[in-house]
Amino acid sequence: MSSVDVRERAKKAEKKPSAIGPDIDLNAYSVEVKEHGKIQKLKNLSGEVKEKAISVGVEAVEACRSGSFFQMDHSVILSSAYKSGLEVMSSTEALKKYDWLQDYWWKAVNVDADKYTAQAELKQNHGYFLRALPGAKVEFPLQACLYMTQDGLAQNVHNIIIAEEGSELHIITGCTTAPGVRTGLHIGVSEFYVKRNAMVTFTMIHNWAEDVEVRPRTGAIVEDNGIFLSNYVCMKPVKTLQMYPTAYCVGENANVRFNTILFAREGSNMDVGGRVFLRAKGSRAELVTRAITKGGDIVTRGHLIGEVPGIRGHLECRGLILSEKGSIHAIPELEGKANNIDMSHEAAVGKIVEEEIQYLMARGLNSEEATSVIIGGFLDVEIKSIPEHLKREIKKAVRMGEERLL
Amino acid sequence: MIEVKNLTVSIEDKRVLKDVNLHIAQGETIVLLGPNGSGKTSLLKTIIGIPGYKVESGRIIFSGKDITGLTIDERAKIGIGIAFQRPPVIRGVKLKDMLRICMEKRGDFDEEKINEFAQKLNLFNCLDRDINLGFSGGEIKRSELLQLLAQNPDFIMLDEPDSGVDLVSINLVGKVINELLEKEKIARERTKAGLIITHAGFILDYVNTDRGCIMLNGTIICSGNPRDLLEDIRSKGYEGCIRCLR
Repeated sequence: MSSVDVRERAKKAEKKPSAIGPDIDLNAYSVEVKEHGKIQKLKNLSGEVKEKAISVGVEAVEACRSGSFFQMDHSVILSSAYKSGLEVMSSTEALKKYDWLQDYWWKAVNVDADKYTAQAELKQNHGYFLRALPGAKVEFPLQACLYMTQDGLAQNVHNIIIAEEGSELHIITGCTTAPGVRTGLHIGVSEFYVKRNAMVTFTMIHNWAEDVEVRPRTGAIVEDNGIFLSNYVCMKPVKTLQMYPTAYCVGENANVRFNTILFAREGSNMDVGGRVFLRAKGSRAELVTRAITKGGDIVTRGHLIGEVPGIRGHLECRGLILSEKGSIHAIPELEGKANNIDMSHEAAVGKIVEEEIQYLMARGLNSEEATSVIIGGFLDVEIKSIPEHLKREIKKAVRMGEERLL
Repeated sequence: MIEVKNLTVSIEDKRVLKDVNLHIAQGETIVLLGPNGSGKTSLLKTIIGIPGYKVESGRIIFSGKDITGLTIDERAKIGIGIAFQRPPVIRGVKLKDMLRICMEKRGDFDEEKINEFAQKLNLFNCLDRDINLGFSGGEIKRSELLQLLAQNPDFIMLDEPDSGVDLVSINLVGKVINELLEKEKIARERTKAGLIITHAGFILDYVNTDRGCIMLNGTIICSGNPRDLLEDIRSKGYEGCIRCLR
């Protein structure tokens, strides 16, 4: 498909609402913003920006990162890889540099899926290109920050992540807004390509302003023995968030795991899911969600499609309702299309069990402390196979959200 | 150490305890016998302060202080400990976390000690497991005792420590209860007191108790030598107690 065809398809989908989630008037958001100048080092960022970046796991101290990408509004102000075997640049720049990148552009996500994917094509403002060359394995994660400074702005990014054969790539992405910003629209298309025997762990932490609307559109193609682990944390308020990342296990023994941790306050509307197509023998998927509402509305979806014999999949969703208002709607779906498959799900939605609080109080905690311990335990999703410092970032983001919970 | 005076308790208007009187001195251990549903667990839950167990009349005095109006944690902090019969599962909270909580609220956290206690109760491999999730009957009982070891309370209540426990475990359970209650010391040197609930009485083969009480329909109907009481119950059943009352 040529780039002209892609644009034609995008144009046709310009007004196509998403199949799920509240519709957004795209014209309500501006696409014009001043350019920001480049910086040499993340430590050159202002204290205020640094602080917000840290809240989403992006460190100004680059020693424990293998590369950094920083996009402020529509300007890529920094992109660099600190280790060999890695490439970090703007996706627009990468598209100019590599002709072959066309083969990856809109191959894991449909350009005409809805008006958000269409806008990301028609009004794209960079996004990142991250690539691990064949066999490259780096212990420290690459970090990317998508930052919005202007009220009412639409940021439309298209990210491409490629882990070449036998490589290992750990990524932490933080998306956030400057302190004065209240409203905005963030559209983030992310396409992952996990080649044979490669591994990608992707940790995304969102910390938006209260009236920001967020529409990530994610697709991942996982080849033989490839591993794709995605962790998503959103503990801060957001006006509307709708995403349904989809992974395709196309190679034998491909392995996908989505961990999602959500907290919705009053006024937040989240519709977050995960879908995995198990298309090759031995492929596996596990989707784990923890959702907490304190007045907000959460729809949590999970969909496994087993298309060939010898696949395994499990969905798990637990929801906790901490207030009179608010709702959690868990929608687990299992679709088996072959024999000899093993798919299961468990879902539970409820409030904190009084008996658990009493049990902890009998050990000396007061009621608030006991509630906090229970919530902490509830959110403690066991995250395997990611570096310890990423686990710490996730815990930090969750803990910061917990403080607002209590 | 603890005195229950004329205690009448109801749950949602249903009377579960009626005019209960009980005194347990420092160094003393009492066993409370009675059939299922007689009110034994209600008494323990009222003493620890579980909301919903409404004290209609009477008082609970601990170390000279009226604790009837205190919250559960306040009672725990002044030295009342309980091993629950069926404790809840709390996902994501490890046994080790519970021990840290128990220890910190009554002193300083000491990891070495935790490990030593866990070894003693054969629970070292459970430390990183979610509390009570998938625990066997014996593991639950031992985990409750492990938490009490970490908490080190002065007054120890044990709700059916012998139910669902195999022979090997009950031996260990008995040994640790004796340790918790300082049974190795002579009575007047002990600083602890205990109240053990059992309906089958197996634990009495492993733990020496000073006095036995029988509870029926929410009231303590008699007290005496625990072994004699158990002997009577074993030969005549609790029906014998009912007949005795008539």
